[in-house]
Amino acid sequence: MADTKKITGADIIIRCLEEEKVKFVFGYPGGAVLHIYDAIYNQDYFKHILVRHEQAAVHAADAFSRATGEVGVALVTSGPGATNAITGIATAYMDSIPLVVISGQVPVPAIGLDAFQEVDMVGITRPCVKHNFLVKDVKDIAVTMKKAFHIARTGRPGPVVVDIPKDITANLAEFNYPSTIELRSYNPITKGHSGQIKKAVKLLLEAKRPMVYTGGGVVLGDASEALVKLVKALGVPVTNTLMGLGGYPSTDKQFVGMLGMHGTYEANMAMQDCDVLLAVGARFDDRVIGNPEHFFSKSRTIIHIDIDPSSISKRVKVDVPIVGDVKSVLAEMNDLIAIEKPQPSAALKAWWAQIDAWRSKLCLNYANNNGLIKPQYVIEKLWEVTKGEAYVTSDVGQHQMWAAQYYKFDKPRRWINSGGLGTMGVGLPYAMGCQLADPTAQVACVTGEGSIQMNIQELSTCKQYHLPIKVILLNNRYLGMVRQWQEFFYENRYSESYMDSLPDFVKLAESYGHVGMQITKPEDVEGALKEAFDLKSRFVFLDFITDQKENVFPMIANGKGLSEMILAEDL
Amino acid sequence: MRHIISLLMENESGALSRVAGLFSARGYNIESLTVAPTEDPTLSRMTIVTSGSEEVIEQIIKQLNKLVDVVKVLDLNDGKFIERELMLVKVKATGAFREEMKRMCDIFRGRIIDVADGSFTIELTGSGHKLDAFIESLDKAAILETVRTGASGIGRGDRILKV
Repeated sequence: MADTKKITGADIIIRCLEEEKVKFVFGYPGGAVLHIYDAIYNQDYFKHILVRHEQAAVHAADAFSRATGEVGVALVTSGPGATNAITGIATAYMDSIPLVVISGQVPVPAIGLDAFQEVDMVGITRPCVKHNFLVKDVKDIAVTMKKAFHIARTGRPGPVVVDIPKDITANLAEFNYPSTIELRSYNPITKGHSGQIKKAVKLLLEAKRPMVYTGGGVVLGDASEALVKLVKALGVPVTNTLMGLGGYPSTDKQFVGMLGMHGTYEANMAMQDCDVLLAVGARFDDRVIGNPEHFFSKSRTIIHIDIDPSSISKRVKVDVPIVGDVKSVLAEMNDLIAIEKPQPSAALKAWWAQIDAWRSKLCLNYANNNGLIKPQYVIEKLWEVTKGEAYVTSDVGQHQMWAAQYYKFDKPRRWINSGGLGTMGVGLPYAMGCQLADPTAQVACVTGEGSIQMNIQELSTCKQYHLPIKVILLNNRYLGMVRQWQEFFYENRYSESYMDSLPDFVKLAESYGHVGMQITKPEDVEGALKEAFDLKSRFVFLDFITDQKENVFPMIANGKGLSEMILAEDL
Repeated sequence: MRHIISLLMENESGALSRVAGLFSARGYNIESLTVAPTEDPTLSRMTIVTSGSEEVIEQIIKQLNKLVDVVKVLDLNDGKFIERELMLVKVKATGAFREEMKRMCDIFRGRIIDVADGSFTIELTGSGHKLDAFIESLDKAAILETVRTGASGIGRGDRILKV
């Protein structure tokens, strides 16, 4: 890609994005990035999406990546533009989402002098990025951008920040984009250790009560197909974490539901009681296994496949660690299993009988008879109306858990939520990223009246780009998850969890030229959803007035163990 | 348990803060940390003295390896190694102290590197324990100032940390 003509740093950035086949850049202009925006004006390699707040730019880029597997790109100015992006970057970091965030910086001679709109972006993002760069010479832009994309998408993916001072974007250099890049300090392991893989397969074949537990790594590593093959060949039960939903088809009978704090009874009991546990691209975090001491009260042999060695034996001691790309490791395991042709043993049949007994508790049943709209019912109907094929984004709270529990995801990259950081306000910008990634797809943003107001300004962006998103607002006039904890652990003292002074969401939606609907009766839920999804080219805001006192069950209280669940029937 | 971790990293601005930030963000102990460029000016060598359970040390090594700027990490405690630290001590050298300080310096094989009317500055190299012992054996009233570099370490024999 050698080019002897000298071009500006801003044009070099555009050419780098072209080389990386970037389709969308989500951003917001400002002083330090004016040269870059001028270069954007004169190009047609990618489409720039103008958001209404930099946080939403990063979230939308993040969702675009979650939906497509490509690296998401955001562009923000220096100072407040950069700090507004931090929540988005931290959200992507916690869920290992590959992003390249380009931030403007004050000119090199002004750095460190408390210049207007100056912030130490490299310093401020250091704890929440996979890596970051400050470019101080126009000649370094291309190679730095190449490194940024390479680091973001390889190994355990993550966000990379490239901070570029304004004067650098005006300086001239030849454009020379390296076709490959080698970093002596960064060589992620991809192929798993064959000896360990053999050992793992042997353990699984000899297990009496085997269990497979998979996380976001299966989705990010595009390993769903390999996972399904393995689970089918072994005939074993499988559970997904919140981040792993869709990694295994939820409607399949070997799927025992999500596990963890609000996981199903059968998934959590099977996790606790299994004798061989295969963990794939998951990290045994506090919301998944609860109190580790309780988890250790039963002994089991743990096999853990992960691309990141530091995820292995972090919270839970592992017996057979396998560092590698989950897709390639699972494929190697599948080859070994195919030779063995395993038949279901008597022990496995007994294990399934036990799991079916746990299943018969029907832990996700809920009372639906008080004339109020039950939030769970809305999600069930959403699943029916969209035939289980929608992209579902969510914010954070009760509605997120209900969406995870009642929308049965059969495909990966359809469930888009903030699992690690738990960022309220992601739902609407996430829906924007998904809709742009797949313009004709059904995209539903399941949200609460607390969360939606954290990035409500994006209704304007949705108008500008004609994004036909459907907002499913489960409006219970409470910060529901906060209220639930206050009910259980703070003797009903609902401190600051009532959402007073709500806007008229129908009028608000209409003021942006969108369609607004308010639904107050259970019998109107299905019809409203059908009507909304029939409006294929329109953004529809559905305000469902739901039962205020509904709680999320099952629930494991903080500090409790996996088998110490509170079920709806216990109360 | 106390561990000495050696690492090679890209000699770039900000690299040190990535390591220091990792230790503070994850709550790991740092007893001392030394860093300087190697014979290859693109690389810096760092020695970190830390302490923690075997699980914590394992995590520290993994997390250090995960930093993009870090090229190689070695836990010196996994084999035989040599540890040295440099200390400069300024002591009172008046009256009876003048003879006493010279004698103590000789016993510990230190060197007096600066002589003034009322004070000596002593240079002493050794393990942390040796430096501690020297301080312990001095009359507290005689110590005017101390400065220590923190430990540097290197593997014995064939144990070599190099790119």
